[in-house]
Amino acid sequence: MDDQKKLAIIATKGTLDWAYPPFILASTAAALGYETQIFFTFYGLQMLRKDLSCLKVSPLGNPGMPMKMPFGPKWFKGINWNIPNAVQSLVPGYESVATALMKQTIKNNGVASIPELRELCQEAEVKFIACQMTVELFGFEHSDFIDGVEYGGAATFFEFAGETDICLFI
Amino acid sequence: MNFDKELDARGLNCPLPILRCKKSLNEMTSGLVLKVVSTDPGSVKDFAAFAKQTGNELLSSAEAGGEYTFFIKKK
Repeated sequence: MDDQKKLAIIATKGTLDWAYPPFILASTAAALGYETQIFFTFYGLQMLRKDLSCLKVSPLGNPGMPMKMPFGPKWFKGINWNIPNAVQSLVPGYESVATALMKQTIKNNGVASIPELRELCQEAEVKFIACQMTVELFGFEHSDFIDGVEYGGAATFFEFAGETDICLFI
Repeated sequence: MNFDKELDARGLNCPLPILRCKKSLNEMTSGLVLKVVSTDPGSVKDFAAFAKQTGNELLSSAEAGGEYTFFIKKK
């Protein structure tokens, strides 16, 4: 079908929060009838791993991130815990705790999990391409990643991207 | 309004109501009507946009008591 719209996304981030935009946009585009590809490169490769527990969120040095508790009475949930960077960097496991709290907030709000969104993308035939150069650079094996991923380089990306209606770098 | 299938998207947030709707429509034949109930305020604009872009017809869109009800006719 020649008149089918096309979307290409380059996914470069490897954190829980930044895993959302590529998967949300890709799955929605597919539902709207777009032919969609995501090219995963550098830290974006983390999103293709079989085990997604590597995806974490870090409030350290991220002044835009509200730090609120996902439980307790309303007044307590409304508090923004303004913890200094120096304290965050010294407390062991700070990122893991922040990630656990974020995952709970995500669940409380009826927002899909990353594994769920990734699966929805695959069901909708969104094509996943992993950048072979960064796979090797970071010492990954193809067996670290889920099935159905294709491996290629910049030229592979442009082959599809050159014909797209929308092209995003995330 | 008469409908052939119902989708409960209560409690789900963007983009799940749209994705579930698309999935339900895939299982239906042309001309049948899907009823969707959502609690996501963003879904009002999203369902209108979904219908416009996919050619499925949004027969009605209504809000009552924090719930949004859509009737969509499959293309």
